[in-house]
Amino acid sequence: MNDWPLYEIFIRSKNGLNHKHVGSLHAADAHMAIQNARDVYTRRNEGISIWVVEAKNITASNPDESEALFDPAEDKIYRHPTFYKLPDALKHM
Amino acid sequence: MDSTYSMEERFQLRIDKEEKIEARDWMPDAYRKTLIRQVSQHAHSEIVGMLPESNWITRAPSIKRKLALLAKVQDEGGHGLYLYSATETLGINRDELIEQLHTGKAKYSSIFNYPTLSWADIGAIGWLVDGAAIMNQVALCRTSYGPYARAMVRICKEESFHQRQGYDILLTMCKGSEAQKEMVQDAVNRWWWPSLMMFGPNDDASPNSAQSLKWKIKRLSNDELRQRFVDATVPQAEILGISLPDPLLKYNEKRGQYDFGPIDWDEFFQVVAGNGPCNKERLAARVKAHEEGAWVREASVAYAEKQKNRLLSDVAVA
Repeated sequence: MNDWPLYEIFIRSKNGLNHKHVGSLHAADAHMAIQNARDVYTRRNEGISIWVVEAKNITASNPDESEALFDPAEDKIYRHPTFYKLPDALKHM
Repeated sequence: MDSTYSMEERFQLRIDKEEKIEARDWMPDAYRKTLIRQVSQHAHSEIVGMLPESNWITRAPSIKRKLALLAKVQDEGGHGLYLYSATETLGINRDELIEQLHTGKAKYSSIFNYPTLSWADIGAIGWLVDGAAIMNQVALCRTSYGPYARAMVRICKEESFHQRQGYDILLTMCKGSEAQKEMVQDAVNRWWWPSLMMFGPNDDASPNSAQSLKWKIKRLSNDELRQRFVDATVPQAEILGISLPDPLLKYNEKRGQYDFGPIDWDEFFQVVAGNGPCNKERLAARVKAHEEGAWVREASVAYAEKQKNRLLSDVAVA
């Protein structure tokens, strides 16, 4: 098994929706990862399309840097429509 | 967050706020170790759990029963894989996990060390063993470790089919001949107490439970889950028209729950220690399957390598 890399599996449940991460599995290569993902993650019509990505190819943000990365969005309330007061006379916008 | 809190305290605050912990987040070593033990034990149980049932795939009484049992056993293989993957996010690799199972260092649920003597046992396993597992797993959908919780949600969706197919087997047999009904009663007599043992020792004898509950790895105590299982199961037995092998089992009006007799914990610890009816057989079957499948793993790697080289040489020619 040491020789089998880890693949992260993404499934599109139906057209119109994103591929979504569902878990991971080991396989000898990407082709086998798709076959295994089909057996492991779509036994009950959960998907119509599979993406597999070798786990080592994913670069992830560091949880320790979460504050620096994501907190700046918190005080930018003017990016949301509710920040703007509209006159009562205006019914729809 | 200010520095007056230690890492442990900050972690506990996140847990108290019902935040999920993800793979790359900081966590106390003991939290990580407890999870590795619990989730891998859960994974091993799914994999070993296929063995008592596989005995009956070729002996199923009809093609419909055979298809359902095959699908159930395949699900269990899948559940084992979800859980192994979740365990691996904690920084242990698959080979180590398999090694721990095969050397006996890691445990699996003791229930699978009991034999499946008749077709009714397959029904009893689905109804009682899967029923007990579901009770535990539904609570674990809210466990604090994200990858484990997500695996549990997926498993719970698939598991209710397992319990129903078991109950359906028993229901059909109970409507059959006297001999068939006796088979059901015999199977239930044998599986009832081991099913209650699946929830683990009583709360006052379960030293690690308090910490696991505090970390929200476990969401309900062993005794709470066991009581829920008994309360859910007794009415189902009445519909089957069979008895449960406990003379002290009785509805308690005051509590609104069923009272039940004491569990034989000596038997439980004997089976955990390796002295159950099938411990050696189960582990031997597991090791044999792994060793005899080695050539498949090797061939897959060789084939993948060949495909890669072929692609490279195609590129070179082009």
